Amino acid sequence: MSTLIKGGKILDPGNIDAMGDILVDGDRIRKIYCCGDGKPATSSSEAKPDKIIDASGKIVVPGLIDMHVHLREPGHEYKETIETGSRAAAHGGFTTICCMPNTRPVNDCREITGYILSQAKKAGLARVLPVGAVSRGLEGKQLSEFHEMKSAGAVAVTDDGRPVTNTLLMRRAMEYARGAGLLVISHCEDLDLALNGVMNEGETAARLGLSGIPNAAESIMAARDILLCELTGVPVHIAHVSAKETVDLIRAAKNRGIPVTAETAPHYFSLTDKAVEGYNTNAKMNPPLRTEQDRNAVREGLADGTIDVIATDHAPHSDMEKEVEFDQAANGVIGLETSLPLGLGLVEKGILTLSQLIEKMSKNPARILGLKTDLIQGNAADITLIDLEKTFTVDAGAFHSRSRNTPFNGWQLRGKAVLTMMSGRIVFEDL
Amino acid sequence: MQFTQKDILDMESLSRDEINLILDTAVRMKEISERPIKKVPTLRGKTVVLFFHEPSTRTKMSFDIAAKRLSADCHSISASTSSLVKGETLLDTARNLQAMNPDVIVIRHSSGGAPHMLARTMHACVINAGDGMHAHPTQSLLDMMTVREKKGDLNGKRIAIIGDIAHSRVARSNCVGFTRMGADVVLAGPPTMIPRGIESLGARVARNIDEAIRDADVIMMLRMQKERQKGFLFSTEREYARVYGLSRDRIKNIRKDALIMHPGPINRGVEISSEVADGPYSVILDQVENGVAVRMALLYLVTGGTRNVYAD
Ligand SMILES: [Zn+2]
Ligand SMILES: [Zn+2]
Repeated sequence: MSTLIKGGKILDPGNIDAMGDILVDGDRIRKIYCCGDGKPATSSSEAKPDKIIDASGKIVVPGLIDMHVHLREPGHEYKETIETGSRAAAHGGFTTICCMPNTRPVNDCREITGYILSQAKKAGLARVLPVGAVSRGLEGKQLSEFHEMKSAGAVAVTDDGRPVTNTLLMRRAMEYARGAGLLVISHCEDLDLALNGVMNEGETAARLGLSGIPNAAESIMAARDILLCELTGVPVHIAHVSAKETVDLIRAAKNRGIPVTAETAPHYFSLTDKAVEGYNTNAKMNPPLRTEQDRNAVREGLADGTIDVIATDHAPHSDMEKEVEFDQAANGVIGLETSLPLGLGLVEKGILTLSQLIEKMSKNPARILGLKTDLIQGNAADITLIDLEKTFTVDAGAFHSRSRNTPFNGWQLRGKAVLTMMSGRIVFEDL
Repeated sequence: MQFTQKDILDMESLSRDEINLILDTAVRMKEISERPIKKVPTLRGKTVVLFFHEPSTRTKMSFDIAAKRLSADCHSISASTSSLVKGETLLDTARNLQAMNPDVIVIRHSSGGAPHMLARTMHACVINAGDGMHAHPTQSLLDMMTVREKKGDLNGKRIAIIGDIAHSRVARSNCVGFTRMGADVVLAGPPTMIPRGIESLGARVARNIDEAIRDADVIMMLRMQKERQKGFLFSTEREYARVYGLSRDRIKNIRKDALIMHPGPINRGVEISSEVADGPYSVILDQVENGVAVRMALLYLVTGGTRNVYAD
């Protein structure tokens, strides 16, 4: 089975930025027809595809990658399953998602890694890359079996959901991960400093009478991990950057040549802690929404390359965890089906170019994870079509995720994925 | 003026006129409490539920007396004893309560925002009797009533609130309430207990207690809880009493007409010495008395406030 994606604007930053066609054969890219870099135009008229996708007026990009999602399976299938999460990913334009290990049981061994991959394969809607636990049971006491998980298909390790509080364990995890060929992702949080906090510390918390979490709870830990990164020379990836001071620390570290990378989430560049007003539990996550100053710093960090990646930290919770008192409510919001449109909002505001956005949502995560996703002959056909003009209203009730906990319900957004192809198969289409 | 608020959730949602109406009504309610027969039929046939998720004897009793003096049927449930609440979510409790058609729910809850959640899901009027560290509007109103009674007017008065501001819903509600009425609120306490951003409630933070109380018309002391030692918020009660407590020595230079208040229950010898608590400046027991009047006024106003309460 061959498919020709015809007449779109192909945008693969660093590789192609031109009008052209892509011929897909089976699960691979057979040939790219386009004119660019002064090369003569090539014509797809020679191709005899079984199917033609009319991509005129659309942007054709390498499949989006979300390197931070929680799929809740095994253990909390009432919140999300690998299948529902994969479907949500496909609808959001993602072909690859990395799932965090804080499931029940924890993904800290090859059996669970293997189980996740087999469930993902069964669903067949997204490339699911498991992230294993740094410590067994996420308990922070003993390293989990990095090599075993790697050989079963894990791409990274983290204790996400909680920090690695023991500094020696973090150092050893980084060194051990180098041996296993895994990326270390750090959830930066000083638990003592964040104690009892349920939202950002500041005016809104003072008014609502809620315990606050200061920026320093995140940035102190980020500083530690940057120093360990310098000590060991092993790359570390800082998850969900929310605070200005963290952005500043990462920028300084990168200027010193330290191999640190970082991600932020759409809620941190779209919202501030004012979203919590009225005790809105759908605006509760960890780290918390910060101030206008922090939001601006995150946007600047994205614009100047300090923050490499946009990842959702997609964290599904049911009404049982969210329709409760604010301080009792679970942390986390879902993001797979709103991430790209919110990212396109940054393009519309002139904060990022479209090319930069695709770097943050596909090229950079691929580079950090060591994935080959360029739109070139022979690579897997993971391709997303984006319609920049399509406007829509976010309707949590219509999400494909099993959960509804979004702070963006009712928002008017412009631009979204209209077709997602994973391994040559169309997994979502709304052309 | 017609009172149109369905719920009393916090001081932020009350206008200056509404606060004045509540206080004026409370003054008339106080008169009822001074009669030999302390009961009027105003709320006959109305059901008031006291839902105390967090233990409280004083506030609960004050509401209970207020409801009964207005002839309402008053029922109370508490989280620790009631199977209605045990193991159930707040939302389910709210739905269950709603099904019994009460007219007013008075809620005390350890989580900030819980009364707001209840108010969103219920037809009944919700009165917040204290939620977490957020708000305690009935306390703030009774404090205002007490100050107004003694000083005539709140406008331009200086109110000093001293102690653990961070954990105090009374402090928050009074910052909002008193500043709305034109008073000037000054806060003081250990810097560990002054939350960042508190100025956004309209208050000013003084450098120390002496600066805060020097020209104050009202000095309001907050309860110091020993368990705050765990969060490293203070060292010992002895040191707290010496540095932040209101002692006879400390009040030597305060205004001669100053009022000393405390939301209770007091820790004698910690935030306030016995001589001061029982001394001439203290209006602590007036506060308790006015609490009943304010709560009667609120029950009356939220349920419609049209019947002639004074006819008996
Ligand atoms: Zn995390
Ligand atoms: Zn996470």
